[in-house]
Amino acid sequence: MEALAIYQRLKDQFGDQILEIVDRKTDPYCVIAPDAVVEVARFMRDDPEIAMDCLSNQSGVDYKDRMEVVYHLFSYAKRHGAVLKVKLPRENPAVETVEKLWSSANWMEREIFDLIGVNFTGHSDLRRILLPEDWVGHPLRKDFVEPLEYHGISTVRESPIIRLESKRK
Amino acid sequence: MNTLHTEEMTLNMGPQHPSTHGVLRFVVRADGEIMREAVPDVGYLHRSIEKIAEKVGYHGFMPYTDRVDYVCAMFTNQGWASACEKLAGIEVPKRGEYCRVIAAEFNRLASHLLSVGTMAMDIGAMTPFTHALREREMINDLIEELCGARLTFNYMRIGGVAFDLPPGWREKALAYLDHFEPIFDEYNALISYNKIYIERLANVGVISAADAINYNLVGPNLRACGIKWDIRKDVPYSVYRDFDFDVPVGEGRWGKLGDAMDRYMVRIRELAESARILRQALTRIPSGPVLAKVPRNFKPPAGECQVRIESARGDMGWYVVSDGTAYPWRVHVRTGSFAAMGIMQKLSRGLMIADLVTIIASLDVIAPEIDR
Repeated sequence: MEALAIYQRLKDQFGDQILEIVDRKTDPYCVIAPDAVVEVARFMRDDPEIAMDCLSNQSGVDYKDRMEVVYHLFSYAKRHGAVLKVKLPRENPAVETVEKLWSSANWMEREIFDLIGVNFTGHSDLRRILLPEDWVGHPLRKDFVEPLEYHGISTVRESPIIRLESKRK
Repeated sequence: MNTLHTEEMTLNMGPQHPSTHGVLRFVVRADGEIMREAVPDVGYLHRSIEKIAEKVGYHGFMPYTDRVDYVCAMFTNQGWASACEKLAGIEVPKRGEYCRVIAAEFNRLASHLLSVGTMAMDIGAMTPFTHALREREMINDLIEELCGARLTFNYMRIGGVAFDLPPGWREKALAYLDHFEPIFDEYNALISYNKIYIERLANVGVISAADAINYNLVGPNLRACGIKWDIRKDVPYSVYRDFDFDVPVGEGRWGKLGDAMDRYMVRIRELAESARILRQALTRIPSGPVLAKVPRNFKPPAGECQVRIESARGDMGWYVVSDGTAYPWRVHVRTGSFAAMGIMQKLSRGLMIADLVTIIASLDVIAPEIDR
């Protein structure tokens, strides 16, 4: 099935919960209401025509005015893919986890939580995965300011070029 | 009679453990020799490469992609370049695509050799490691001649590759293949059909096909479960359509389908397939330019795309968002090792501690690729 046909089928099934279908040359996607994520995702997994058996990628993006979580779904049975998006407010973004549908979401949601700061409600083990547990902030947010030091270790250094030039003088 | 009292203990394995292939840590809860669970703790090699991309621009990010997975850096190069080309609609010259395929497949050979070599070493067989590394050194020499580096290549560019094949390189590469193809028999005779080796691998860490898909395992790990899926074959990118090659899948000949032995054998057989692709590519490479005209101040139109590349560790997904400026808005790499580590906790339940090493080796996990 073509991605657009899949989105049309979702539209027929869920109506208002499908907020937008964006048709473009590279990777058309469809935006769904945050409350309907699990419902739509379950339909996409269990529907025999769509049969998305694999959550191939899940990313978070900070757009300064909103947060987005992007789901790249793929079906090994039908050999087609689809892209779902959820738009969330920037303050306390939260969306329900899809971990119970695809186990691969467990780690990917932890990564998004860690780096972007989206909360996944109902997640079994939502804690930082890549950064240390005492890290403050979420680095992939656009307004993140890197701390000058971490546990007494400086995160900045003098430019080696400036150092060389000052030696020459 | 008193029953023996057993107690659960928590062991720490890593981050500086020789068999963890980089800096990986496991918290193992064990009852004697039997693991209740091994919980991976990753992030020791996190360098925030995705954040760096937002600061250095499209061309400038190419050397950083090498560091995503330094064992097969050609594929990370190719993934990044392809994503940018897809965003901007750039056509790569035919010879450039052939150069990419040649470089990438040599890199796959090198990566798989390292994988099976270290796997044998983790199991306890030292000699096959030296044999595999000997072959890998020669490939590194070839790649060094091609692009000047042995590990972090920075060979590809948006729109093609940095350098054409040097004079006489094609003949050298073909001569290497003549030498390499019979090596399988040597390697197989040495280790693949060794009884002790098979006993250590067969029926260990069995992954069902449904689990593999559910946990998003990719590449050889997925194929070992009997699923015939290879991006090169099924969603052909670059010029892979031109080549004739097979996709080896697990057969469960020595134990259950999807065990560590299947994953090992899939890699061994993929070596042969890569050599086949290389021979075809080296004999058929067309003449022409290797790099398309791409502006130095590269600004792809606003938009986003995901590109999937079959790296040595499987389907590597590059998700790139552009806002039309010279700096990418967001880059996300979904790598094979990240997915493979996700299944560790489930896989380790009820196994012997010694088998944990086997599983890590058989999943071909590379720590920098998990942490990025």
